[in-house]
Amino acid sequence: MVSLEFDVLINALPQLLRGLENTFILTAASLLIGSIMGIFMAVGRTFGNKIVSTAIYLYEKIFRGIPLLVIFFLIYFGLSQIGINFEPFVAVVIGLGLRSAAYQAQIFRAALNSIPEGQSIAARSMGMSKVQSIRHILLPQVLRLSIPGWSNEFTIVLKDTSIAFSIGVIELMRQGRYIYVLHPEMILPILLLIALIYFVLVISINKGLSVLEKKYRMKGFDLTVDR
Amino acid sequence: MSDFISFFAQSLPKLLDGLSITLFLTFLSLILGFLLGISLALGRIYTPKIISWLCIGYIEIIRGTPLLVQLFILYFGLPSVGIRLTPITAAVIGLSLNSGAYQAEYLRGSIQSIKSGQMIAARTLGMTKIQAVAHVILPQSLRTSIPAWSNELIYLLKYTSIAYIIQVVELTAEGKFIAADTFRYLEIFTMIAIIYLSLTVLFTEIIDRIEHRIRIPGLGTKRTTLLRDA
Amino acid sequence: MHMLEVKNLHKRYGASEVLKGVSFTMDKGETKVVIGPSGTGKSTLLRCINQLHPPEKGQVFLEGVEITDPSVDINKIRQKIGFVFQDFNLFTHLNALRNVSVGLEKVLKMEKEEAEKRAMHELKHVGLGKFAERYPAELSGGQQQRVGIARALAMDPIIILFDEPTSALDPELIGEVLEVMQSLAGEVTMLVVTHEMGFARNVADEIMFMEGGCIIESGSPKQMFTSPKHKRTGEFLGKIASLYGEE
Repeated sequence: MVSLEFDVLINALPQLLRGLENTFILTAASLLIGSIMGIFMAVGRTFGNKIVSTAIYLYEKIFRGIPLLVIFFLIYFGLSQIGINFEPFVAVVIGLGLRSAAYQAQIFRAALNSIPEGQSIAARSMGMSKVQSIRHILLPQVLRLSIPGWSNEFTIVLKDTSIAFSIGVIELMRQGRYIYVLHPEMILPILLLIALIYFVLVISINKGLSVLEKKYRMKGFDLTVDR
Repeated sequence: MSDFISFFAQSLPKLLDGLSITLFLTFLSLILGFLLGISLALGRIYTPKIISWLCIGYIEIIRGTPLLVQLFILYFGLPSVGIRLTPITAAVIGLSLNSGAYQAEYLRGSIQSIKSGQMIAARTLGMTKIQAVAHVILPQSLRTSIPAWSNELIYLLKYTSIAYIIQVVELTAEGKFIAADTFRYLEIFTMIAIIYLSLTVLFTEIIDRIEHRIRIPGLGTKRTTLLRDA
Repeated sequence: MHMLEVKNLHKRYGASEVLKGVSFTMDKGETKVVIGPSGTGKSTLLRCINQLHPPEKGQVFLEGVEITDPSVDINKIRQKIGFVFQDFNLFTHLNALRNVSVGLEKVLKMEKEEAEKRAMHELKHVGLGKFAERYPAELSGGQQQRVGIARALAMDPIIILFDEPTSALDPELIGEVLEVMQSLAGEVTMLVVTHEMGFARNVADEIMFMEGGCIIESGSPKQMFTSPKHKRTGEFLGKIASLYGEE
């Protein structure tokens, strides 16, 4: 039987928001790790030597080829077997971050490749070093061009934080569970409320980043990003 | 090392059981998702406002919420309105409904990348809208959707693991059970990772070959819709 | 009874009126060419005739039947009106043969074999018999356009509309298309929008000069080129003729 006791829902909100807070932190931290690693990996694969390039390629293949859940289990349970213990929260950030790096590397690399080679040549002819040309000419453009792909990744990571549920992290899903375990007849409304919260977040992020993209769009230069 | 091998050999039967469930979920959801996806994509582009809006609404809601939440609603939420689904049924329904929304968007991208002149040319020959869609638009857009489709296959392969959380005994679940007994998480999940990885590589290779076989010169694969996996 | 009768067509796009009362007739076997500055509604005229963009006011009669009447089955009518596009608009996923036969098979409901036989006949007619298996991407612009013409011809239309058929072609490829069109003159009723003055002068039975959404003047090629009635006509023809190196 479903019942819609609004006071239960209202009282649940603070608890859900606490879970949401963790969801935010997980998302932000993982994205940050993913971005930093991703940029280095993109540059490494485009400009690095064969060994570096292949290593990065393998890394990408591996982290894009296995389920997030398996990554979590390996980091949280598997590593503790050999003495490396992580808190569930940290394990999730590491897992999501490492995986996100593999995807973000591809996003940045596609953006990098779309910049005509002529610009690098022009930069080098002016006397810039390789590093300088990357820093001053390529990266500013790469960041702008990556916005659509990155916004896609943002919402994916946000939604995938729900999987942290499975190793006991107290994010939005798990807080929700605490509530409906106490009020089983409210399980459907609570799940729908949680769905609504995610939905609002995803829409806001997409809208927000699309405004950003329009603001920084370089006229005449459009990228169709492949993931 | 020989200990590892014997452990592997011991665990294999159970892992293969789990794998068969994983593959079952993957392919069934992919196909059902495909049927749903075509309907939604065509519904979104070619039908009058109300139906079109409903399709868009569905797609946005599914894409805007996590798969886990969708599965939970189906498996844990529905019983409270009298609908009790088995874990596998809930998983298939959830994965299909989810995949359908994404496949609809990939197909829409392909359809919109076809130059409008072709639709016009078809109409000037006297084809009805339906004929034009069936004989000119779909044959092309289905072909150009293949890369997106192969990505969706890989995505589903990996995300069937979430069905573990609603008690489906697929590959990851079997692994967890064995590990809970033997405490050998590292070995088991490394094995499982290798299995997933091999399948990913295998499927990608197969679909690449198929795409090559049915390639038509000039039919581009310029993707404009962001994929959810690569 | 005229084959085609266009009566007082008016068409707006947003705030601007693109066709301001266009009227003319065409008889069987005639070739009429519409010339004039760009943006004066020439393409719109063609698309109003086969109802791709229905006009706001005015009527179009095909063999006496009013096709602007909303109760008419427009798909059936379109089978009788051929259309050749500036951008060819070939079906990218079909080879040349199938491009020509698909209309026969799916719209005219012919058997596949019969449709392909007919299609092959038309391809040979435009000189592309050997290219039947090629896909559009494997053909030059001129070849693609000829396939487009074959596709229109195969449906056995009573009139073919040509919308700047050579404007998108490299100069050296224009000739082959104009040749095909010239070979059709007299047998097929053709309404052609083009900038090709040579074609207009040599093949047209009548030339219509359009500007600002109206037909300013129409007459035989000889009349239009040597003694046009309106100043504008003379100016335009003179400019174009000198541009194309004609005397």
